[in-house]
Amino acid sequence: MKIIVNGQTKDFSSAKNLKTLIEEFCANPHQVIVELNGQVIKNDRWANQVIKENDSLELVTIVGGG
Amino acid sequence: MDQISTTPQQIQDTPLTIAGKKFRNRFFLGTGKFKNKADVTESIVAAQVEIVTVALRRIDSEHHEENILEYIPKHVTLLVNTSGARNAQEAVRIARLAQASGCGNWVKIEVINDSKYLLPDNQETIKATEILAAEGFVVLPYMFPDLYVARQLVKAGAATVMPLGSLIGSHQGLKAKEFIKILIDEIDVPIVVDAGIGRPSQAAEAMEMGADAVLANTAVATAQNPAVAAQAFSLAVAAGRLAYLSKLPQKQSPASASSPLTGFLFER
Repeated sequence: MKIIVNGQTKDFSSAKNLKTLIEEFCANPHQVIVELNGQVIKNDRWANQVIKENDSLELVTIVGGG
Repeated sequence: MDQISTTPQQIQDTPLTIAGKKFRNRFFLGTGKFKNKADVTESIVAAQVEIVTVALRRIDSEHHEENILEYIPKHVTLLVNTSGARNAQEAVRIARLAQASGCGNWVKIEVINDSKYLLPDNQETIKATEILAAEGFVVLPYMFPDLYVARQLVKAGAATVMPLGSLIGSHQGLKAKEFIKILIDEIDVPIVVDAGIGRPSQAAEAMEMGADAVLANTAVATAQNPAVAAQAFSLAVAAGRLAYLSKLPQKQSPASASSPLTGFLFER
């Protein structure tokens, strides 16, 4: 199943919920802010959020900046 | 003879108030470009910084980054910048993501779509300010000092106005000095000078002329000893503020003697 994660097309072998996908992608899921198809998804909804073909995910975090 | 008091008089100054929050330290610190995150903590603590900027970026799954938030003491106000935004919509999106992260709703609007000079796009900044202020964000827009734009930002709901001193990271100080002065004289919200402040003396200069606060990042982060540099900036901002409050005399030309002009020991 093809999903766009942070602008890059990725192939995930099976339908996952958002939580397992984030845990695969990120070493520190608790730092991650998630936007799915333009909508912010808070972490209490990750386990129940199903991912579909061609979904677009942005996984972002707070970093140092000026 | 009566004894003279040697207890220093307490200097009366009001704290800087932004959106109801009071800041005693008018030096704001950016957290980008530090070699070590521990230096961020040391700098904040050494300089008693009360407000810092942070940014929002995509996770890099290849490289594990430490969480910058673990290095910022909990009492410090976080000001998330919208760096990376090339237009108002992108800035708004970044601000909403940052709020969702639990970092609060203080946002420094930074809209730049030129990678050579990193100059802010004033018009897009106004648009983003309008949208985000209406959503309840505390908006501190980074801007090129233009009086008309500053007025529009205030009308749009900006909590402060942040004119650049000179180009980001250039250490050139107050190239825009005369135009910042106009904003200080004409704009009612706090003026926070941001960008290009490379020396504590430049920060002091901004405060002496009446700026309400100064933000610096590169000069501290890339100093050999960031914590000491941060302290220097903090002291300079405080000194400049006191100088402003003391209402120093205007420049004299050509010369004006400091000692009496009569009673000389030698015949004239």
